[in-house]
Amino acid sequence: MTKQVVQVDRVVIRFAGDSGDGMQLTGDRFTSEAAWMGNDLLTLPNFPAEIRAPAGTLPGVSSFQLAFADHDITTPGDQPNVLVAMNPAALKANIADLPRGSDLIVNTDEFTKRNLEKVGYASSPLEDDSLEAYRLHPIALTSMTVEALKEFDVTKKEAERAKNMFALGLLLWLYHRPTEGTVDFLKKKFAAKPEIMKANIAAFEAGWSYGETTEEFSVQYEVKPAAMPAGTYRNITGNLALSYGLIAASEQSGLKLFLGSYPITPASDILHELSKHKRFGVMTFQAEDEIAGIGAALGASYGGSLGITTTSGPGIALKSETIGLAVSLELPLLVINVQRGGPSTGLPTKTEQSDLLQAMFGRNGESPVPIVAPQSPADCFDAALEAARIAVTYRTPVFLLSDGYLANGSEPWQIPDATELPTIDPAFATAANHTSDDGTEEFWPYLRDPQTLARPWAIPGTAGLEHRIGGLEKADGSGNISYDPDNHDHMVRLRQAKVDAVAETIPDLEVDDPDGDARILMLGWGSTYGPIGAACQIARRSGIKVAQAHLRHLNPFPGNLGEILKRYDKVVVPEINLGQLNMLLRARFLVDTYGYNQVRGLPFKSSELVDVITELDQQMQESL
Amino acid sequence: MSTDAFPALSLVPKSDVEMKAKDFKTDQEVRWCPGCGDYAILAAIQGFMPELGLKKENIVFVSGIGCSSRFPYYMDTYGMHSIHGRAPAIATGLATTRPDLSVWVVTGDGDALSIGGNHLIHALRRNMNLKILLFNNRIYGLTKGQYSPTSEQGKVTKSTPQGSLDYAFNPVSVALGAEATFVARTIDSDRKHMTEVLRAAAAHEGSALIEIYQNCNIFNDNAWEPLKENDVREDNLIRLQDGEPIIFGNNADKCVVRDSDGHLQVMNVADVDQADIIIFDAHAKDPGLAFGLSRLYNPRTLTNTPIGVFRDVTHREAYDRMAQQQVADVIDAQGPGDLQALLRGSDTWTVN
Repeated sequence: MTKQVVQVDRVVIRFAGDSGDGMQLTGDRFTSEAAWMGNDLLTLPNFPAEIRAPAGTLPGVSSFQLAFADHDITTPGDQPNVLVAMNPAALKANIADLPRGSDLIVNTDEFTKRNLEKVGYASSPLEDDSLEAYRLHPIALTSMTVEALKEFDVTKKEAERAKNMFALGLLLWLYHRPTEGTVDFLKKKFAAKPEIMKANIAAFEAGWSYGETTEEFSVQYEVKPAAMPAGTYRNITGNLALSYGLIAASEQSGLKLFLGSYPITPASDILHELSKHKRFGVMTFQAEDEIAGIGAALGASYGGSLGITTTSGPGIALKSETIGLAVSLELPLLVINVQRGGPSTGLPTKTEQSDLLQAMFGRNGESPVPIVAPQSPADCFDAALEAARIAVTYRTPVFLLSDGYLANGSEPWQIPDATELPTIDPAFATAANHTSDDGTEEFWPYLRDPQTLARPWAIPGTAGLEHRIGGLEKADGSGNISYDPDNHDHMVRLRQAKVDAVAETIPDLEVDDPDGDARILMLGWGSTYGPIGAACQIARRSGIKVAQAHLRHLNPFPGNLGEILKRYDKVVVPEINLGQLNMLLRARFLVDTYGYNQVRGLPFKSSELVDVITELDQQMQESL
Repeated sequence: MSTDAFPALSLVPKSDVEMKAKDFKTDQEVRWCPGCGDYAILAAIQGFMPELGLKKENIVFVSGIGCSSRFPYYMDTYGMHSIHGRAPAIATGLATTRPDLSVWVVTGDGDALSIGGNHLIHALRRNMNLKILLFNNRIYGLTKGQYSPTSEQGKVTKSTPQGSLDYAFNPVSVALGAEATFVARTIDSDRKHMTEVLRAAAAHEGSALIEIYQNCNIFNDNAWEPLKENDVREDNLIRLQDGEPIIFGNNADKCVVRDSDGHLQVMNVADVDQADIIIFDAHAKDPGLAFGLSRLYNPRTLTNTPIGVFRDVTHREAYDRMAQQQVADVIDAQGPGDLQALLRGSDTWTVN
C-alpha cells in the first residue's frame, strides 16, 4: 500500500516513557537518522535524577524531544507535533504540552487499571473523551512486539523490552527516515548477545512494517534536508563538543591535558569521554573528592600541563578555595561548571544558569576570574578553546559555564579543519628575567609581561629558575612574601587589571539588528541563545523591530558592551535564574536593563520570549 | 654517596656537580619561633638532599598550611605553599604528570590528619609517588594553641578549657590502615636517625609517610620529652631494625613477644624464651605486625614507642608509573592521536 507523503518544514517529536523504557536511546537513534538525512536539528533530553524511580510513576517519566527541520533551527521546539507515550504516567506528565490536533501515539498495553491508578486516572483516558482534541493512535506496542518476537530465543521480558525499537521503527516510517543506520547500530550494540540483537532488529522492522500496513496512519511526513553551509557534518552533544575542545586546546598548545575530576551530574560524561583519549597523552584522574580533583589539576598546571577540572555547581562550592589559590599563584587552570538546578543538590538533571555570580564572586578576597560561556551544544568546542587560550595566555584560572541543556542536547556540527584551529603559546620561562642590585641574574616569578600583565610560567625542571609560590600575598616582582599594606593594595589592583586586560583580546560584541533601527535589544548569555534567537525571528515576522546580542565573555565583558546597551531604548536580559547577568549589567553600566527570568529547570520556550517582546513593543508604541 | 643507591629515582635527572647542604638554602629569613623543632628538621633535610644526587630543579616541596608548611620557602628547590590540607592532592597532580620530579609533601598533624585527612589516606592508598613528611607536635601552633587530632585526650588548650574530649589519631596506624607501602617514624632531635629514615623513604618507589615527632616549644613544649631525655629515652624507644629481634631498653632488657592470643606484648628478656622474641620484618606483605607495633605505645606516657621504618613493601606499583604506562601502552598499540580524525568521528554527512 502506497501512502500519501506530505511535505512539512519542521517536526517536533517527544518520546516519553518510564525511565527503564529506553526513551533516551530511542531519541538518540531518531536523531542520528534525521542528522544523516541532512536536517538541521536540536534535541532536549529530560530525565529524572533517580536511576530507576518506581516503574509507572510520574517521577519515573523520562522523555527525549527533538526538533528537525529543512531550515536552520535554534531550539528543540516549544511543543511537540507528536507525542509517543509509553504508559499512563508518560501521558499524564506530557499531555499538557501537546497542542490540539497533534498526533498522540500511546502504548495501550500499559493502560491497565493498576497503572492508571498509580498516576491518579479514575478511568482510562483512552476510553473517555478527554483526548478527543488529539489525533489519538492507540497501539498495542508491547503485545505486538512480543508477538513479532515469538519465534526468537528471548524471554518474554526481553521481548517486552524491545518495544522501544518497535516504536522507533514506526516513527522512522512515519517521518520517512532511513533504517540502515539503526540496524547497524543495533548490530554493534548487541554484538556480544546475538539473540538480543536479532530480536531488537526484528522489533524495529516490525514497527516500520506496521506503519506501512496499518490503516491507523494514512499519511507519511517528509522533511527535506536543510540548506546548510557546504561541509562535512556530524551530530554532537555539548559535553562531547566540550571534551573535543579540550583535547584540541591540548594539541594546539602542546600542553599535556590533565583532568582532575569527581563524578557529578551532568558533568561526568566529560570525564568519561576524556578517559578514552589516552592516544592524545590525555591523563584523567578520578579524585577522592571535588577538592582533590581541582587540587590535582592545579598541581598538574604547576608542572606544565593543561590542568582542567570538571564539575557542576555543588562541586564548584567545594573547589572555591583552590580557585582562589590559582588566582594567587597565577597559574593556568580550566574550571568547567556544567550548571544544574540549585541551590544545594537542587535539580541534578535539569538545567539552570544560576552559577554566574558564584563564578564571579564565589571566593574570599578580591579574586577575579575570567568567565566564558558556550551558546549551543556545538559551540562548546569553540568556547573550550577560547577558555584555554585565556587561561594559558594570562596565567589564570578561567571558568567555562556550560549547563545541563547544552551538555546533553545535540545539534549538527560542521566539522572544523584542524589545521585552521588557533594555536596557543604556553611561552614557558627559560631564563632569568631580572638583574639584582649586585649584578647577579635572577628569576622573579611575579615580574609581569607589560602587555598582558601575565607572570612568567617557570615549570619544575627548569634550571636556575627555582622559586617558591604560595597563597600568601607576594611582593610585586620578586614574589617574596609581603605583608606591606601598599604592596597588597597594588597586587589586588594588578590581579584585577590583568583580568580586565583580557578584554583587549576578545572581539567586540556583535548585534543582530537586521534593519539597524530596532529599539529593543534582547541580550543573553549561554544556552538561551537558541530560544532568544528564535523569538526574535518570530517577532520580526510580525513587524516588530528587535535586536539580539549574546555574550560569550561574561568577565571581562567585551569592550563595546556599554556603548551597545546605551544604543537601545529597552534592553531585555532573559536568564534561567533570578537576574544574575542583569545585576552585573546594572551595576557596571548604570543602565535600566529589564530581566526576564524563569527557573523551572527547563530551557525557555521561544513563544514566551515572543510574548515578552510583543508586550514590550506594545508598551513602547503606546508611550510614543 | 652514589645516586645509584636510589633506583626509585631513576627517572629524575642527576646533578652534574656535587651538591652541598648550602645549595638547598634560600635567601629567605627563617621565621619559625626560636627553639622550634622545625629548625632541626630543616637542617637535617638540607643536609640529606645532596645525597640524592639529583638536579635541584627537579625537586619540589609542596606544603599545606601551618607552621611546618612554611618549609618550602626555605628550600632552594621548586616549591609551593598551598592551602590547608590539600598538599597531597596538589602533589598528586604534579607527581602523576611529571615522573621526572622528586616530589615531597610537608605537612603537620592538623594539616594532614584533620582538614586534609581524606587526601592523605587516598594518596597513600593509591601509592602516589610522594614522600610525605608529617611534623607531629600534637598541637595547633599557627593558630596559637588549640588541641590537634593527635593531642592526648583531656588536653587543656585555649579551645578546651575543661580538657579535650577527642580520642587521638595514631598517624602510623592511620597510614598502615590506608595500606601505605612505606611508613616510618622519627624524632626531630635525632638527626642521624632522621637521615636514615629519609634515606629509606627516598629509596622507596611510591608513597612514603614519615611521622616526625617535633617539639613546639611555645604551645606544647616537651611533648616528646620521654623520648628525648638521656636517662629515660632508651627505656621508652623501640628502635625497629629490619631482620633483628625487637629488643630495647637501657640495658637491652625488654623485648616484644606475642601472648597466647597472638597480641603483641612487651616482656622482660629474662622472662621469655629467646626464640619467642619477634624478629622484625619491615618488608612483610601483611601489615599486621607493623600495625600491632604501632599500637604498643602509651600515648600519654610514650612508653614503648617504636621508631624507624614500620613498613617498606614493593608489591604495589606506584600510581604515577601505572598512569604513565597506560598512556604509553595505548599510544604503542594505536599510535598517537589524530585530531582531525577525532573531530570527524564515524557518523558524518556532507552538504554540498
